[in-house]
Amino acid sequence: MLLIRCPYCEQERPEVEFSFAHQAHKPRPEEAGEPLDDHAWARWVYYQKNIKGVAHERWNHAGGCRKFFNVVRDTVTSEIIATYRSGETPPVEESRVEGEALSFDYEQAEG
Amino acid sequence: MTQEFRLPAGGRIDRSELLSFTFDGQTYIGYRGDTVASALLANGVHLVGRSFKYHRPRGIVSAGVEEPNALIDCNVTAAEKGTREANNRATFTELRQGLTTKSVNAFPNLNFDIGAINAVMARFIPAGFYYKSFLVSTTMWHRLIEPVIRRAAGLGVSDDVADISRYDAHYQHADVVIVGAGPTGLQAARTAAKSGARVILVEQDTECGGSLLRDPVEIDGMDADLWVATVEAELAQADNVRVMTRTTLSGIFDHNMLTALERVTDHLDIPEADGDLRPRMRWHRIRAKQVVLATGAFERPLVFRNNDLPGIMFASAVETYLQRYGVKTGEQGLFLINNDMALSAAIKAKEAGVEVTVVDVRSESTGPYTERLQAMGVPFFTNHTLVEAKGTKRVKGAVIAPMNGDGTAIAGELQTIECDFIGSSSGYNPIVHLHCQSGAKLDFDPATACFVPGAPVSATPTISAGGAKGLFSLNDALLSGADVAAQALDAIGLAHGEKTVVSASEEAHPGSLHIRHLWLLPSDKPTSKGGKFWVDFQNDVTAADLELAVRENFRSVEHIKRYTTLGMATDQGKTSNINALGILSDVLGVTIPDIGTTTFRPPYTPTTFGAIAGREPGDFLDVARTTPMHDWHVEHGALFEDVGQWKRAWYYPKPGETMHAAVDRECRAVRESLGILDASTLGKIIVKGPDAAEFLNRVYTNKWMKLGIGRCRYGLMLGEDGMIMDDGVSARVAEDEFLMTTTTGGAAGVLSHLEDYLQTEWTDLKVYLTSVTEQWAVASINGPKARDLLAELCEDVDLSPDAFKFMEWKDATVAGLPARIFRISFTGDLAFEINVPADKGMALWTALITAGAKYGITPYGTEAMHVLRAEKGFIIVGQDTDGSLNPYDMDMGWIVGKDKADFIGKRSLTRKDMSEPLRKQYVGILTEDPKEVLPEGAQLVNLTDAPTTAAPKEPVPMQGHVSSSYWSSAAGRSIALGLVKGGLARKGETLVVPMPDGRNVKVTLGDTVFVDAVGARQHG
Repeated sequence: MLLIRCPYCEQERPEVEFSFAHQAHKPRPEEAGEPLDDHAWARWVYYQKNIKGVAHERWNHAGGCRKFFNVVRDTVTSEIIATYRSGETPPVEESRVEGEALSFDYEQAEG
Repeated sequence: MTQEFRLPAGGRIDRSELLSFTFDGQTYIGYRGDTVASALLANGVHLVGRSFKYHRPRGIVSAGVEEPNALIDCNVTAAEKGTREANNRATFTELRQGLTTKSVNAFPNLNFDIGAINAVMARFIPAGFYYKSFLVSTTMWHRLIEPVIRRAAGLGVSDDVADISRYDAHYQHADVVIVGAGPTGLQAARTAAKSGARVILVEQDTECGGSLLRDPVEIDGMDADLWVATVEAELAQADNVRVMTRTTLSGIFDHNMLTALERVTDHLDIPEADGDLRPRMRWHRIRAKQVVLATGAFERPLVFRNNDLPGIMFASAVETYLQRYGVKTGEQGLFLINNDMALSAAIKAKEAGVEVTVVDVRSESTGPYTERLQAMGVPFFTNHTLVEAKGTKRVKGAVIAPMNGDGTAIAGELQTIECDFIGSSSGYNPIVHLHCQSGAKLDFDPATACFVPGAPVSATPTISAGGAKGLFSLNDALLSGADVAAQALDAIGLAHGEKTVVSASEEAHPGSLHIRHLWLLPSDKPTSKGGKFWVDFQNDVTAADLELAVRENFRSVEHIKRYTTLGMATDQGKTSNINALGILSDVLGVTIPDIGTTTFRPPYTPTTFGAIAGREPGDFLDVARTTPMHDWHVEHGALFEDVGQWKRAWYYPKPGETMHAAVDRECRAVRESLGILDASTLGKIIVKGPDAAEFLNRVYTNKWMKLGIGRCRYGLMLGEDGMIMDDGVSARVAEDEFLMTTTTGGAAGVLSHLEDYLQTEWTDLKVYLTSVTEQWAVASINGPKARDLLAELCEDVDLSPDAFKFMEWKDATVAGLPARIFRISFTGDLAFEINVPADKGMALWTALITAGAKYGITPYGTEAMHVLRAEKGFIIVGQDTDGSLNPYDMDMGWIVGKDKADFIGKRSLTRKDMSEPLRKQYVGILTEDPKEVLPEGAQLVNLTDAPTTAAPKEPVPMQGHVSSSYWSSAAGRSIALGLVKGGLARKGETLVVPMPDGRNVKVTLGDTVFVDAVGARQHG
């Protein structure tokens, strides 16, 4: 069971207090005002990067302060490399384990 | 019985305390300090079980937790029921006065087992037999094969009533947890203790000492006993150290969350009456910064023909029974070994007066142990193989022969040696289970022919030491214990003093193994002929089975495991896995590390479910949320249904009344006069701030900016995918405040969804959210008499239809209580939802019930509520919708604010797929026979596809399904709602619902409103 440091509570707390809230840094395209075609929109709605390696994730301190924040986690080892508040720049870049594709090929997946 | 195999002196048992116990109905005597296995062996009992598949006679093979054969059912208290535990390892079960034990999988009894016929039939039930039998025919499988397999195969039978024992849970934190209190673990604990770190030393055995209990070697100039006692005293002095014996560290989870099972009372004599309030076991959850694994190693057996006969065991087990329990395994022993270390057992046996022969599979045998045995005059055969063990229910002899140079075939005369036990050793496997559970990998060490721990995982760091690291010399182990403790302290930045360095006497251990890998001993016949070469005793897997699996083209060890059942069941292959890998490597022609291992999963050894449940079985398993009026519902005979964690009144049957009759009575009361529903469980969220209206405008599909204060509006909430996720009525309380209601089950998810957008997308909006679900109690009165009743109890509000309109709310005093009244309706009838502070809920409810008596006020539950709303076609999110339905599918286009700039789900609704004409759409479904109530979940097919037989061979295309279906007295017939492909354009069409009994029920699609289509009642 993970130990996660909530960057708002500034405490390391057990995983049961948190809930996973998908990929981080994936803003709603409409907010940026760029009209997207159906393909690109569906890609935003339905696809997650699902990184094998160092990933940026959003978590919610659901059983605590209820804040959403970001986590840099190695999805292979479950090591929490860093946690930081929403809106802050990630302190560590995401990276995939060698041999894993760098980005998901949407067109190919659609066949 | 007389304990004829007990040595006159020696061992760690307490000979002053005689204990009696039974095994398969026979009474035996043992001593305090015995295990069930050692006591049975002392009485000359070797045959203790029948094997899983072939019902072969099996004996005790080990002296510890790895035991595959000696499984017994035991009682754990004196009670008759709820106290039997299946599949305990006799080698790990402490003897206690009053213990009743029973062998497993033997029928009619252990000595004569009718299932042993399976062994004769063995050639017809090879590896994968179970899977192959699937191919015969489904009828054969269900009627014949499965019942026979289920009857014949298996181990112990679990108790069929609830476990009556008490269990407890305990949480701990530690800087360093050390697993295993053998010489390595003790040395690690001493070093860690001196640093002041919080240390927990966990030992599964009854006492500290590990291998010293079997082989008491002088350490630091002291007898082993004295040395262990000295270290224990040192640790007891340190208040930063906790030593936990009889505690099994069973699991390592992410970030070093450890689980450990402490056996609190399982070693105490079983009392006549159950008066002991102590828990039977305690389940510890320990969060550790560092974990030191000093778990030691298991011996593994050599594989030869008929190697499963009772009396054939591990060399180290023979030694343990001699030295720790003072028990001779037999009178004539043959030791079959491939390494130096195992010869220690032969020496101890010879010293105890046993007649000993050594068969060493190595081409030459030197070293201190060999010399000692030869000096003792023990017959010593090198470069020999054991061709076959002789005997039926006990080994009687062994056929041996010289081998050729590479150990692949026999090369010389066969010779038979009489013996009544065989101690075998094929080397040692470090106990790497916990290391692997942490996510770390293994390396194969060819010198010792075993897997050793690889690099630890940074997020869940463990450090292995001693035997667990593959260090089989005692002096190496002692050194490594102190070393790894220092490493662990360094890793968490704690200073450590000087390491305590101790050493064992030099001649004690040979220092290295000089092992020869021979995974399968050559014989005079191949593995498929004659007797079997057993690899996995517990699952009856043989070398021939592994070879067959490879011939059938299984390559991955994970597949071979599942095909042959290798390494499954209670022992999880602790004694068999490496031998199997060795055999597979020979057959496949690849190296052992290239084959890899199967996955090590927690728990390390079998764990009682009750211990994991701890104090939270039954009603304590999950939170039960009840409303302030709950006790009233209970007193009035309500049955409850779970909605999320809530207990909601389902219906209130009168004595002798069926569910159908009760629900029908409740529904008619609402339509004809007055009903009352406890609606307190609906989610309630305060949305407050200058941008509250703008926020609702974005999270709901419809418009909210101009909703007046005092007004209510129904809202539909979508996900970004455009699908319906929740619905409810929100009321404008003030310019900057709304009270939002959500579905009962969706409340927490909706709050999280809303917080997410406020915190991460729309950080400029000035809004905050507060859940007030439990702050309000809600009584909803429905029916033509609702206004009359409320008027009696509420004087400060004008309730007339013009003054208090539908979809308005007002502050009021009801029955003298401060209240908010919402004129909203989920039944389609005249309704008022009266909200009062939670602690006033019961007072409100009883006042309404008392005053409502003259109208025949009828409490109704969720079932009647479902019927009443279905009569009006109102959807229930999660029943009529399923996460794949958008507002248009539900014919709710009217609620979508298409000209709004944005709302969650808007963009997705414009995708082409969202307006496909053949999407499943929400329709009413009426059966041809008005009395026929369709089952929910029933499928609809086209009239032309109606099946002509009860079990049609070919599937027909499904057109949709029934999502809600009830008897409706108000409609005077059955009603149903459902989702049908292109349904909105198919109203009036006749379809067919094929029923399980073969009937085809004709139905007509129609509108979703069955009662009061114009809505006169709710506006009345």
